Amino acid sequence: MADKEYDIIIVGSGAGGGMATYQLANAGLTVALVEAGGYYDPAADEQRTQLRNPWESPRRGASTRRRPFGDYNACIGGWDLDGEPYTQKGDTEFMWWRGRMLGGRTNHWGRISLRFGPLDFKRRDIDGLGENWPIGYEDVKPYYDKVDKLIGVFGSNEGLYNDPDGFFLPAPKPRLHELYYIDGARKLNVPVYPARKSMLTKRINDERGVCYYCGQCSRACSIHADFSSSTALIYPALRGGRVDLYTNSMVREVITDARGKATGVSYINKEDKKEYALKGRIVVLAASACSSARILLNSKSAHHVNGLGNSSGHVGRYLHDSTGASRAAFLPELMNRDIYNEDGVGGMHVYTPWWLENAALDFPRGYHLEIGGGMGMPSYGFGFAANQYNEYLDKRVGGYGNGLRDDIRRFYGARLSIACRGESVPQFDNYCELDPTVVDEWGIPVLRFNYQWTDYEINQAKHMQDSMEALLEASGGILLGDKPGAERNYGLAKPGEIIHEVGTTRMGLNPKTSVTNEFGQLHDANNVFVVDAGTFVSQADKNPTWTILALSWRASDYIVEQMKQQNI
Amino acid sequence: MSEPSETKHPIDRRDVLKALMLAPVSGAMLASTGCAVVSESNKQPITWTRLPTQYSYARTDVEKQRDAELFAETFFREHELVTIAVLCDIILPSDHENGGALAAGLPDFVEFMAKDREQHKLPLRGGIAWIDNYSLENFGSRFVEADIEQQLAICDAIAYPDVQDEALQPGIAFFSLMRNMTLTGYYTTELGFRDLGYVGNTPNIWDGVPDAVLARHGKSYDAQWLAKCVDQSRRNITAEWDDEMNLIT
Ligand SMILES: Cc1cc2nc3c(=O)[nH]c(=O)nc-3n(C[C@H](O)[C@H](O)[C@H](O)COP(=O)(O)OP(=O)(O)OC[C@H]3O[C@@H](n4cnc5c(N)ncnc54)[C@H](O)[C@@H]3O)c2cc1C
Ligand code: SF4
Repeated sequence: MADKEYDIIIVGSGAGGGMATYQLANAGLTVALVEAGGYYDPAADEQRTQLRNPWESPRRGASTRRRPFGDYNACIGGWDLDGEPYTQKGDTEFMWWRGRMLGGRTNHWGRISLRFGPLDFKRRDIDGLGENWPIGYEDVKPYYDKVDKLIGVFGSNEGLYNDPDGFFLPAPKPRLHELYYIDGARKLNVPVYPARKSMLTKRINDERGVCYYCGQCSRACSIHADFSSSTALIYPALRGGRVDLYTNSMVREVITDARGKATGVSYINKEDKKEYALKGRIVVLAASACSSARILLNSKSAHHVNGLGNSSGHVGRYLHDSTGASRAAFLPELMNRDIYNEDGVGGMHVYTPWWLENAALDFPRGYHLEIGGGMGMPSYGFGFAANQYNEYLDKRVGGYGNGLRDDIRRFYGARLSIACRGESVPQFDNYCELDPTVVDEWGIPVLRFNYQWTDYEINQAKHMQDSMEALLEASGGILLGDKPGAERNYGLAKPGEIIHEVGTTRMGLNPKTSVTNEFGQLHDANNVFVVDAGTFVSQADKNPTWTILALSWRASDYIVEQMKQQNI
Repeated sequence: MSEPSETKHPIDRRDVLKALMLAPVSGAMLASTGCAVVSESNKQPITWTRLPTQYSYARTDVEKQRDAELFAETFFREHELVTIAVLCDIILPSDHENGGALAAGLPDFVEFMAKDREQHKLPLRGGIAWIDNYSLENFGSRFVEADIEQQLAICDAIAYPDVQDEALQPGIAFFSLMRNMTLTGYYTTELGFRDLGYVGNTPNIWDGVPDAVLARHGKSYDAQWLAKCVDQSRRNITAEWDDEMNLIT
């Protein structure tokens, strides 16, 4: 197929690439979808980890270097990939999670699916920091609406200004520990609502199944009842016959001609280790924010001396991740529970969005709360520190013998935890760049990270800790562990650790301070687009993926339109 | 960990070593269940269920290869494995209707995890040596050859993290690790599921906390919240909305 010229070459099959593939192929265009990982479908029994019992794994689901979130987690990839290092500048401790599989990280993501609100696109207007997006909520709303209907997301319409309503499927009922949280939050006048997540609690079409509540979405759903880019977008697109899928194909660079326009991509076939080229009229990068920046920086030519799209020097700049901190408590009222199946959907059924928009605080921007707990399936780690809560009951910790069985049952499911996810302030000096000396196993220069949190994020983490303590105690909990103080940045997660990295190819009106226009089109090459979170000007106090999907759809419509008008 | 002092127990130690070397390790490495390993402990054979070495869940080729390498490697010496078996059996005894650590194959599990997680190797090996030293010093024989009262006396000394005695801290750390391994290894088997009464990990319909449980905890669902929740009798009816974002099916 080397001589074939595609209308569109899409690099990466995660959220952004899957949506672009689906939209552009359905618009009648020929598409090459180029993915560094292998083919993946959780419906195939040899790729299924869902509904496995712990004893089906010799390590009982424990994590490994190659499966950092557990042996059954549907991630091929993680923090540390064989043959694909990344490096740090100075004392930076950036953590970079990569998926190498069809569907990218949407196979194992949390499925928390939140729209950004009107304020989230215009934060500079509110606090004078960073930059506004060149677009507003009203530009994206029609696409959020369409994404809701196409993919399916449960939630509830609450009429909240900055957490907009949607076309929701009905929510699953709260579990018992979540009822304790609801009561605790209400005591403190902190709002709490049904979570918003992309699992099908109700049928949306005849292709995908309806959730049967196994609680294992992180293992990927064999009946395709949760959203993965592969199951909901790519398989249907492949059935249309206009998409050629290239798996195990690692794109090195975008090839450009003498005028600086893209003519295709070069990639390494990981099976025969040889390099190939594909020709296309338009190149769409969706390799995830940092990987797309890497491809651009590696695409140097006489015309694009600093890398493609980088005449501004902004590729890689303004890299930012969500903030994060967490805390847990022991809930004595949940001792000696009646045991029943409360697996529910994977993760939380209730959450608290940011509730202090106009409060006087010593940090800008907010965070939301994710609630955890419940009678989960035992896997490696279950029973560690089995009776540590005896400490609170004036009983002795430790021991041996059949009495331990009673301890296990007494404390099973008697835990409530909160994780906060917040908005950081993008900084020019937080960036990824090419490492001058280190290459990956195919000889491609790798990324080097430079990233420090500022007082904005650290002060926010302090506030998170106070909120979590108050809420856990109001819910009847006894706090576990020490409250992290200034010496530990108040428990603030490392940059990258929350896996919401965005901003490396940000959009804007000014080509000197941004990389793409509002449609992800490079200022420097009008037939190259970015449809992952690289284009985000600021990452809200929401998770990013629903916005990636909406913006990728919006960019795809624009591409079709521009091609019709023969502008590209 | 230092060797036990020769001057204190020269004869005991040599005798023990000789006894162990001569002991018939009958059926030590049977590939299936019900293998027997003889320990000198109370002159009783100690047996445990063997765990499989073949697994078929979804893994990549490199993962499969690594697991095969782990299974091909032997880390614990016979004596160490027997010590692990005896300890696991004390932590979760076999005389229980849902079986104990040995029926759950704990020694094999600990062996695998030590190889899988390098950081466990030294604490486990060193801990076994520590407990033998301690046993030799106090009772003149290694842990597995001590009689059951002596073994339990040793466990009593190191099973509780609140004990302040500095000299016991390595033993306390080791026992905590063994307790963690034993409980996690047991509760992640079918026996453990039964013991716990675990009923999840199967397709079902979640329709809220059972009424009796709500009543017991003094909780209830308020009507406003319930109105936002799924009506499970309509889950298979394809979703449609009006223009105001209201679900109408
Ligand atoms: C455990 C976890 C939980 C998460 N939970 C949530 C959540 O609840 N809500 C939320 O909104 N977000 C969540 N996220 C984040 C979410 O997964 C990402 O935002 C989203 O997947 C990003 O989509 P993407 O298309 O930009 O990139 P990805 O999904 O990362 O896909 C990129 C694809 O490009 C491929 N690729 C990379 N480089 C190349 C190359 N050079 N050549 C060819 N292909 C290449 C990769 O192999 C990969 O398949 C979570 C992430 C993780 C890991
Ligand atoms: S909880 Fe539902 S959507 Fe998630 S994996 Fe299980 S069946 Fe699929």
